[in-house]
Amino acid sequence: MKPVLLSGDEAVARGAFEAGCAVAAAYPGTPSTEILENLARYENVWCQWGSNEKVALEIALGASIGGARALAAMKHVGLNVAADPLLSMGYAGVNGGLVVVSADDPGCHSSQNEQDNRLYAPLAKVAMVEPSDSEECRTYIRAAFDLSEAFDTPVLFRMTTRVCHSKSLVVPGVPRDPAMKPYVRNTGKFALLPTVARVRHRLVEEKLLALEEYANTSPLNRIEWGASREVGIITSGIAYQHAREVFGDGASYLKLGLTFPLPSKLIRTFARSVSRLYVIEEGEPYLETKVRLLGFDCIGKELVPLCGELDAGILRAAFLPQPSPAGQKEDAPALPVAPPRPPVLCAGCPHRGFYAALGRRKKSVVGVGDIGCYGLGVNPPLEGFDYSICMGSSFSSAIGFSRALAQRGDARKVFAILGDSTFFHSGIPGLVDAVHLGANVCCCILDNRITAMTGHQETPGTARDLMGNEVVPVDVVALVKATGLPEERIRVVDPLDLAATGAAMDEAIAAQGPFVIVSRRPCVLLKDVAKSFEGQWCEVDQELCRQCRQCLKIGCPAIASKEGRIVIDDPVLCTGCGLCMQVCPFGAIRKGGSAR
Amino acid sequence: MSGREERNILLVGVGGQGTILTSKILSQGLVDLGYDVKMSEIHGMAQRGGSVSTQIKYGRKIYAPNIGPGEADLLVAFEKAEALRWFPWLRKGGILVLDPREIYPVPVLTGEATYPENVVESLSAVVENLRVIEAAKVANELGSPRSQNMVLLGALVSLLGLEGAAWKDLVARFVPPKARDVNLLAFERGAALAMR
Repeated sequence: MKPVLLSGDEAVARGAFEAGCAVAAAYPGTPSTEILENLARYENVWCQWGSNEKVALEIALGASIGGARALAAMKHVGLNVAADPLLSMGYAGVNGGLVVVSADDPGCHSSQNEQDNRLYAPLAKVAMVEPSDSEECRTYIRAAFDLSEAFDTPVLFRMTTRVCHSKSLVVPGVPRDPAMKPYVRNTGKFALLPTVARVRHRLVEEKLLALEEYANTSPLNRIEWGASREVGIITSGIAYQHAREVFGDGASYLKLGLTFPLPSKLIRTFARSVSRLYVIEEGEPYLETKVRLLGFDCIGKELVPLCGELDAGILRAAFLPQPSPAGQKEDAPALPVAPPRPPVLCAGCPHRGFYAALGRRKKSVVGVGDIGCYGLGVNPPLEGFDYSICMGSSFSSAIGFSRALAQRGDARKVFAILGDSTFFHSGIPGLVDAVHLGANVCCCILDNRITAMTGHQETPGTARDLMGNEVVPVDVVALVKATGLPEERIRVVDPLDLAATGAAMDEAIAAQGPFVIVSRRPCVLLKDVAKSFEGQWCEVDQELCRQCRQCLKIGCPAIASKEGRIVIDDPVLCTGCGLCMQVCPFGAIRKGGSAR
Repeated sequence: MSGREERNILLVGVGGQGTILTSKILSQGLVDLGYDVKMSEIHGMAQRGGSVSTQIKYGRKIYAPNIGPGEADLLVAFEKAEALRWFPWLRKGGILVLDPREIYPVPVLTGEATYPENVVESLSAVVENLRVIEAAKVANELGSPRSQNMVLLGALVSLLGLEGAAWKDLVARFVPPKARDVNLLAFERGAALAMR
């Protein structure tokens, strides 16, 4: 077939399809989201979003036990949520091949940390495979399914942002027949009671020895001898590409694709054959630790940064220092500084209305945030919450936080904020405890009907699933009511109605104990919603405007102070949501007319 | 490809300006021309008005997908202040294509930061090859502000001497059918502007 340009995520989907993967599940998370979105387009693969990563992996592991080849995909922090099934599945092994994709985010392009999930493989005692470009994504995922069945182990398929989101040429292969394995009841393998688990643990250790033996000869691990054996580089994943770019054909490489268990014999052979040994890897000194354990001295993390994303420039500066090529003419004057451009809530975003109302009650409220678009509400000028740690932590942590505030005599009400997708993901248990324990917390669900931050993936509240089938939309408010919280402590508001949203907040502040506000309006970027706003805008009447700048405090990218006037002058941006009209004390903003 | 093995193109702008679509068309054209191509983009915050970049490397054989400081042969800035931000990525002697369109970031809107003045003048004092292409203005004149990206694509194809590919077919394939004609016109206008 003709080579095509595919991203790593697209190539994983292609490879999984070719490998006969029959069931796949994921929770959306950058940079992994596009794997399931693309896999869902192939015939004969049942693809669905799980409400969180643990659910997604458990869907996949159930399918594996039932005899299907199955895949689960998630971002690196999602694997923390799914760690429980992963670690026990390591003991149980598989029936149909089981591949767990972890997409790590070195550099925190869109994440709260840059954890290196290679460290999960030894902890979970599962095989690990790492691709370095799109074609390897396709071929290695096929290899990972084969490996999973051959060695009776789940395979951790570890990618990083630059592998997931870089496009390179892929030659599509012929799909394998998605043959199902027979299912036979086997409690000695899959019913992990203590008596079984103890036996399985010994078996896993034996299996890992066999896997390591195989890793020494696997085609996924290869030596590329260069023109000289002076410098030898041990590397894996995207770091291989950076190393090749910098050291070229002059150096020799041990390029590792099967990175747990690591191939001791192969590493020894390579290390003994070169004069100077470099270990070049992004993130933790995972390979380096093994090389040192095998008794070889090497240069690794003393030159290659532990923090942040790696690139060829960083390696060049570290290993081949020379004056950096300046882009400027000689004796060039200094340039003006570019102003910061942080990501913002879109013009017309319903979350802005919620934060605008909350901002007017700052003296009596402390906000606690979570992971999603509404997380952008922490930035000025909204400054809607004080902290945000990990997905689903706002409701639960607010229970403890409110307790600590009360203990120190701080009377402010804690408003815990999360979105509908996050509510289904891991917010529900926090709500259950807040209600059950009578916590003095207002739990706010910013329900925009979709997983917006990652690009509009369906949630359990959506009437359609990933494959386009009509499904039952799970009702957020009904779930809240089911906790037993009295109806007078539950409010559903339209966040673009500032007065109504504010009134609900005042009730929550006045009430002692748990309260729930569901702030409900669909994401403005949803196609049908965007269409309903088409041709709408707001405009500023310069005669009435007194330059009080209240409208600028809602942080809308469509409204600006330019040349001494407040203006809405972008023909595309403004949706006419009317929030600025509601905050203007002088009635100087109105809906646009045909004059424009 | 005379002398060097590869070329690096960096497209920078503000989320929503269509840098990713431009890169997709450009990459496909380069594949059609027989090059090895790698394109790198960062998602996640792209639709949220943040600073965005897409990176394209092409040549006989490409390894690393991303472009570091001082490595871009061509820097295409879809917005004026973004040209300043990404200028250090331009290599000595590289070409800077700049659309002088201004999009104020929120810190400027709220008065915490100021939008820089004399950007084009300052850059022309330090960049040997600066090409100002008023792509947003042209797109507005065509009655399609969103086609700014196709004006810039036309300009950069012309500047890089990549005319050999069926660019118009690619543009027609990648843009929504409703906007096809205006985008083709935008592409032509951009190519013409760059040749001047």
